[in-house]
Amino acid sequence: MAVDQSIQRRQSQLTRGKLPSYAVWVVLAAAVILGAALSSLIGFSVAGWAVISAIVFVIGATLVTAVAEGGRKATDRLVTYLVYGAFILALIPLISVLWTVLERGLPGLSYNFFFTSMNGITGAIDNQTVEDGTPVLGGAYHAIIGTLQITFWATLISVPIGLLTAVYLVEYGQGKSLTRAITFFVDVMTGIPSIVAGLFAAALFALLFGPGTRMGFVASVALSVLMIPVVVRATEEMLKIVPNELREASYALGVRKWRTITRVVIPTAISGIASGVTLSIARVIGETAPILVTAGFATSINWSAFSGWMSSLPTYIYYQILTPTSPTSPDPSTQRAWAAALLLIVMVMILNLAARFIAGLFAPKTSR
Amino acid sequence: MSSNLLKTPKDRGRAGDKIFSGVSLGAGILILVILFSVAMFLVVQASPVFTADPETVTGGEGFAAYIFPIVVGTVIAAAIALLIATPVGILVALFISHYAPRRLARIFGYVVDLLAAIPSVIYGAWGYLVLAPQMSTIFTWLAENLGWIPIFAGPASQTGKTILTAGIVLAVMVIPIITSLSREIFLQTPNLHEEAALAMGATRWEMVRMAVLPFARPGIVSATMLGLGRALGETMAVALVLSPGLLSASLISSGNQTIAAEIALNFPEAFGLRLSELIAAGLVLFVITLIVNMIARLIISRSKEFSGAN
Repeated sequence: MAVDQSIQRRQSQLTRGKLPSYAVWVVLAAAVILGAALSSLIGFSVAGWAVISAIVFVIGATLVTAVAEGGRKATDRLVTYLVYGAFILALIPLISVLWTVLERGLPGLSYNFFFTSMNGITGAIDNQTVEDGTPVLGGAYHAIIGTLQITFWATLISVPIGLLTAVYLVEYGQGKSLTRAITFFVDVMTGIPSIVAGLFAAALFALLFGPGTRMGFVASVALSVLMIPVVVRATEEMLKIVPNELREASYALGVRKWRTITRVVIPTAISGIASGVTLSIARVIGETAPILVTAGFATSINWSAFSGWMSSLPTYIYYQILTPTSPTSPDPSTQRAWAAALLLIVMVMILNLAARFIAGLFAPKTSR
Repeated sequence: MSSNLLKTPKDRGRAGDKIFSGVSLGAGILILVILFSVAMFLVVQASPVFTADPETVTGGEGFAAYIFPIVVGTVIAAAIALLIATPVGILVALFISHYAPRRLARIFGYVVDLLAAIPSVIYGAWGYLVLAPQMSTIFTWLAENLGWIPIFAGPASQTGKTILTAGIVLAVMVIPIITSLSREIFLQTPNLHEEAALAMGATRWEMVRMAVLPFARPGIVSATMLGLGRALGETMAVALVLSPGLLSASLISSGNQTIAAEIALNFPEAFGLRLSELIAAGLVLFVITLIVNMIARLIISRSKEFSGAN
């Protein structure tokens, strides 16, 4: 009997012509060894080893499958590996960027960085710090203030316009051709290159106040061109999912339409709207190009968005890298740039997390 | 949705209704005005360059001769970015929608969105200080071994700050756009189609090829177009990563320039005719991206009508 069973198991139709599960690991081990051998032939490096091993593994596993299981299974396996490989490939730059920013940015975060500006920091001072090995002087206080001011004004312009437009699209303009036009152009607006938005604001203020007008508020106008479409889309989506029963119940009680919108519809959707606004702030806070052409660049603190040039974190990073304060020893500038990059990423991440948190916090209590 | 069926005797709040609907209509129209005025202000500020004496324009041969090389440079950079980002972006979207373990798929989705959240200047800094030095060794190898192909002609840049590096950085920035849009569409594939394919004995790839990809084709095309729009207009990554120069076919020696980077690098010091020149360059960029985006949006809205999605 025992002999019979083992024969039957070997002949099972379901598992016939299938690779045993350990086959993949065997191919992988062979690929890693072969990869080590091949990469040491052309000059060994860990990256080269990994790449060659991966290629050998994919080819090897596909060939083994093709022989044992047939062409269709082999194609399936190849595509599966390509899909996984693409994901790993996409992760490499993400991890590399985050690692670089953390590794190089952390040493630069100091009291000086947060609470002093670049006012009076010259190349000679940077050279001195490098020679003496003392902590880097100068920081991004002025840029932090600039970023907050510019973003604040941009938000103040964008949110009312975006919110009201979305209200029009959902509540008043259903089915009108104006609505279709606005929806279409809002979509198109999301694709405006940020530098063009900056040029627009610069051109607008050049016409109004004479050429070369640069101040924080011009940058805010440029950023709101980028921000409005994001706010409109997010708000529109949220208003659309407010149940119609709520509106009808309100109308049935004799409440006017604008009271219904402000007291029933918007409060129901407020969590989604708030998180959409937060995401739009996260999108524009890191914009560099529009600020570069509208707000200029400053090394000292400027509290007013309505007069004088203003610095912001992204332009601060840009100039510290491209034109180091001391051309002969750029290290202090690079360190300040990475510290600012870390601060900027942390700000963006906090905004993104806050958006999710807000969305969850005020989520309307749906009926079960 | 007419609301005024019930009229209160005193007509309280009628003014509020009018004001509120007027204000929101005004906000909607304002957006159209903004987009229109973006175009108008750019045209007005750029106009001097079109009538100016060709000799006074940078390069001395008129605006067309000035803008042509940087338009080509922009297209080259965007083409490199898309060549890399389209296959990778689509495969990553497939990974998240159909291949990754269900429970992890959401997290992977967030991770890819994280790529989109990183500000462009940080990608630029990363390309400038991390990627470019790495690339220079690859470029040297390419120039030595594949130098007979025009695009890999030497001399290889020693700093690695070439248009190929810029294109790779752009690809990293475009991947999340293509991925998130394609993912949305892959997830909308009718489940019954997928199950029918699997029930007929299709492998997972055959199921994807026969049920998912045909359904998602217009979506993929428009996602790629939107990625193209981003790659064309992206400024900081190119401004930091590329060391600009004259138009050249070689991707691994320094040279070439894109419109957006040209503006960013020169605008802060520009005045007079140079300023108009740069704004005119911005206008050209605006028109190109506008056309690309409009085509993409049209494809999306058409496919929505046909596919029954949404």
